[in-house]
Amino acid sequence: MSERYRFVGARIVDPASGVDSSMDVLVEGEAIAAVGAEVPADGAETIGCAGLVLCPGLVDLHTHLREPGFEAKETIETGTRAAAVGGYTAVASMANTDPVTDHAGVVAEVREKAAAAGLCDVFPVGAITKGLAGESLAEMGEMVAAGVRVFSDDGNCVPTARVLRNALTYARAFPQEIVIADHCEDASLVEGGQMHEGVNSATMGLNGRPAEAEEITVARDLAVARMTGGRIHICHLTGARAVELVRAAKAEGVRVSAEVTPHHLVFTDDDLRTYDTNLKVNPPLRSAEDRDALRAGVADGTIDAIATDHAPHAVEEKEAEFDQAPAGTIGLETALASVLTYLVAPGLLCLPRALEALSTAPARILGAAGHGGGIEVGRPANLLVFDPMQPWTVQAPFASKARNAAFLGRELTGRVRFTMLRGRLTVADEKPTR
Amino acid sequence: MNRHLLSMDDVTAEDVVRILDTAESFREVGTRVIKKVPALRGRTVVNLFLENSTRTRISFELAAKRLSADVINFSSSGSSVAKGESLKDSALTLQAMGADAIVIRHSSSGSPLQLTKWVDGHVLNAGDGTHEHPTQALLDLYTMRERLGRLEGLRVAIVGDVLHSRVARSLSFGLVKMGAEATLVGPPTLIPPEAPQWGVNVSYDIGSVLPKLDVCYVLRVQRERQRLEYFPSVREYNRLFGLTAARAAMLPEGAFIMHPGPMNRGVEIDSDVADLPRALIEEQVTNGIAIRMSLLYLLLGAAEAGVGDE
Repeated sequence: MSERYRFVGARIVDPASGVDSSMDVLVEGEAIAAVGAEVPADGAETIGCAGLVLCPGLVDLHTHLREPGFEAKETIETGTRAAAVGGYTAVASMANTDPVTDHAGVVAEVREKAAAAGLCDVFPVGAITKGLAGESLAEMGEMVAAGVRVFSDDGNCVPTARVLRNALTYARAFPQEIVIADHCEDASLVEGGQMHEGVNSATMGLNGRPAEAEEITVARDLAVARMTGGRIHICHLTGARAVELVRAAKAEGVRVSAEVTPHHLVFTDDDLRTYDTNLKVNPPLRSAEDRDALRAGVADGTIDAIATDHAPHAVEEKEAEFDQAPAGTIGLETALASVLTYLVAPGLLCLPRALEALSTAPARILGAAGHGGGIEVGRPANLLVFDPMQPWTVQAPFASKARNAAFLGRELTGRVRFTMLRGRLTVADEKPTR
Repeated sequence: MNRHLLSMDDVTAEDVVRILDTAESFREVGTRVIKKVPALRGRTVVNLFLENSTRTRISFELAAKRLSADVINFSSSGSSVAKGESLKDSALTLQAMGADAIVIRHSSSGSPLQLTKWVDGHVLNAGDGTHEHPTQALLDLYTMRERLGRLEGLRVAIVGDVLHSRVARSLSFGLVKMGAEATLVGPPTLIPPEAPQWGVNVSYDIGSVLPKLDVCYVLRVQRERQRLEYFPSVREYNRLFGLTAARAAMLPEGAFIMHPGPMNRGVEIDSDVADLPRALIEEQVTNGIAIRMSLLYLLLGAAEAGVGDE
């Protein structure tokens, strides 16, 4: 007999359909069986959701699961457990594994391990170029056949307009919409750079990564996307001028989408004055004006998605001198709460738009058809229930193997209670079920 | 005073006066036949030098020894650090050995601040990356005050590679704190564009700056850091920004020349200029010991004796 769950009395927010009202949801087997004002219990396990929000499971466009190759930092199992705890039902895993995810073999391996763990769907992102070397194209065809829809050399910016042009053009060979995602920082301007270039980097004696490095590359990428008719995605936007470029390109009809991380929406380079290596990220945290432009960009849809760039590192790697510590912060377990605390609660973002950016929009970009809503009869039951008012303090241990969290020690409001992947609870009462 | 000296942010203008006044009294110790006072007897000072530096280490070592502290030198070559030990583990080791003060020199900006998370002792920054070198700034302020009688209103140019200079940062912040007028001079590629926000002036024309100075402070051209693209050649650097004899002659009577050492004679400063009576380079070295005695005493001795106000 298949399992049956009845969620009772939740505020249902489904950005895909525009629904925002209090209803019950019945899940039977893998799918949603009923949605309505009063769904009868009929033997289902009832989960009381008064005061809670029920929405589509979150979808992360930008996760580093580190496996294969860097299992000391994270594994597929621990990374997907962190995802589930954070309310995610699908994540896109980045290609900078070892071996690099530049062929179908690694794609299959990642999918199999994720399926075995059973905590969260994983959509491997394929490398644009062989070995992430920025030179010749990886065999995209076999990866597309294996289900890959997004390609990225993330961590490395696609080094030349020519390689990007070839990738965007070649990707048009496939009937599916193939997205080329780029980490936009001009390598020659950020070489050796540790943080945003500005008065803080000058005073702290750290080499800068100027916002112009992003601006230049975003402008290049948008021009090449327009030229080729290809579909470009800008990873983790950080600067006000880059946001403006994306806004203008969208108005012009360029096929572009963009993401921003929770940490770039919250922190600025002022927060680095303590040389906190957990706030060392690439691209770097920028000025308050940049942060405010990012917030406005999410609110008006210029920036489609909020993506974590979950980047686990071993404790000893981050407990190092600032210039020797690797860049990156974990984010899966704090993304929802940080967005609720710093954007929704102060009224900068309405809840439906926040959830659209955390779920519906990234599902669409990723081609993850079963995710992102809507909450309708027959749809796969990929759901999240959270308490929007519950305060908690971010602290180790995490479900992630790592603890390099930008939000470490912060008090956030909003806690994931239940995460459901195709009708099975992966998180129940805040705890992972497996 | 703060518990640590990590940057010039850790001292107020009043603290600076106190540090300089205390150094004044310690300078006399260096002129005695027996150059030692018992102020820090039984205290342990560790020189944790993870970047090569002979001059600063010797200065700190002499300062601690003249105060009768036990001094341990822990340097990168031949130590566990060379075997891959992390800063944290080095710190925990020193902590376990009961270091009362750790003097740290490190190539990474911010590492002294990180060190304070792992040790209970007082941390003194002896130069971290391209961030700060506060004891150098304090000995420079001491030297200026001694020779010119005041700091407030002094016109000081800091000439050279400001971008990569921890000395320039600390001295700029110190001069601004004490009410002096600081001007950074050098190739535009080597002056951070945000420097005016520190409260200093910026000029790319050394000739227009020199005639109005009380002190011309020449920075070392850090050839080891220097990458070609910042300026075309050492020769051109000397031609445009070097303190040549002709340029030194543009300084007003009574103005002084300073340099943190070690000098590249013929690059940022001509050999004859470095040996002029108005060049205070050896005096800076002598004063460095007194300043470091003062800092160790104020951080360690005075605090424990209840004299400090921490």
